[in-house]
Amino acid sequence: MSDSRIEGYARGLFEIARAEGTIDEVEDELFRFARSYESSDELRNALSDEQIPASKRQAIVEDLLGGKVTPTTTQLISMVVGSGRSRDLPAIVDKLVARASTAKNLEVAEVRTAVPLTADQETRLAAALANATGKQVNLKVVVDPSVLGGLVATVGDTVIDGTVRTRIEQLKSRL
Amino acid sequence: MNVAAFLATATAAGGEHDITQTPSKFWPEGYELLFGIPASVLVFFLLWKFAGPAVKKGMAARTAKIQAELDAGEAARVDADAEAAQIRMAKGDIAGERARLLAEADTQAAAVLEDGRARLTQELAELDTRAAADIVAAAGRSGDELRAEIARLSSAAVDHVVTGSLDEATHQALIESFIAGVGASK
Repeated sequence: MSDSRIEGYARGLFEIARAEGTIDEVEDELFRFARSYESSDELRNALSDEQIPASKRQAIVEDLLGGKVTPTTTQLISMVVGSGRSRDLPAIVDKLVARASTAKNLEVAEVRTAVPLTADQETRLAAALANATGKQVNLKVVVDPSVLGGLVATVGDTVIDGTVRTRIEQLKSRL
Repeated sequence: MNVAAFLATATAAGGEHDITQTPSKFWPEGYELLFGIPASVLVFFLLWKFAGPAVKKGMAARTAKIQAELDAGEAARVDADAEAAQIRMAKGDIAGERARLLAEADTQAAAVLEDGRARLTQELAELDTRAAADIVAAAGRSGDELRAEIARLSSAAVDHVVTGSLDEATHQALIESFIAGVGASK
């Protein structure tokens, strides 16, 4: 899909969520779903398979998210899947998150961690990243076991990597 | 008058003389001298006149033949001398050639020996260099293989040890360390 179309979808979803007054929750839920979509081959195949009818793919989304996220999030994802744009869902969501952050004068800070962070840790981490980058950040935490341990934070073009995986790779490289 | 009639007349005139007996042991009868001398002169004249040239010619031919044989003998002797000289010269040449060949063989043997020594020295130097390079390469290969094996085992050990030691406390310590490190940097 072209960037303009992705941008169009992101703008549409953002306006719907903002009109619903649930932009913060929806943005966060969409971000988490997009990361799950990226990391799960099974989910990605199921939602992007053109052989499966759109109604059935939407039913999968509703079964998967129903009751766990806000109805707006479920409806937005179902809409994207039903329109056959499942493959572009992560890009659309990233644009939406960036747009939401810009609306709040925030910079998106994607943090990948091997284990979930506590609320206190997220607060302190957001403050630390703001102090380090000089920007207020919209923290998006992704639980990614592949980092093994530690964190990696991406704020714009800045990457702060403190993961065990990277340290092991550096150690292997030196070896 | 013929001779028989003359002898008969002379015998009759003598009477008592026996014609079968000569008066001298050495000297013939006078009439024999009278006839014999001119006859002999005539015979010698005729011989000189008619047989002389032939004899002279034959003698000259014989002389020429003998001279030719002498000349041929001389020529043969000269040829033999020349051949002998040639043989002597050839013998001398053979000796010289033998000496030259021996000298040339000595020179070639010395050159071959020197060339062989030089080649052997060069080959030894090359072998030495190659062996040294092989040793260095083998040592390098062994070192590289050893390092690669150590790296592989270390990598596996690092993965195993690190992932095995990452408990909840370690995760939290890493997270806190990261937050503190990021907060301290600006």
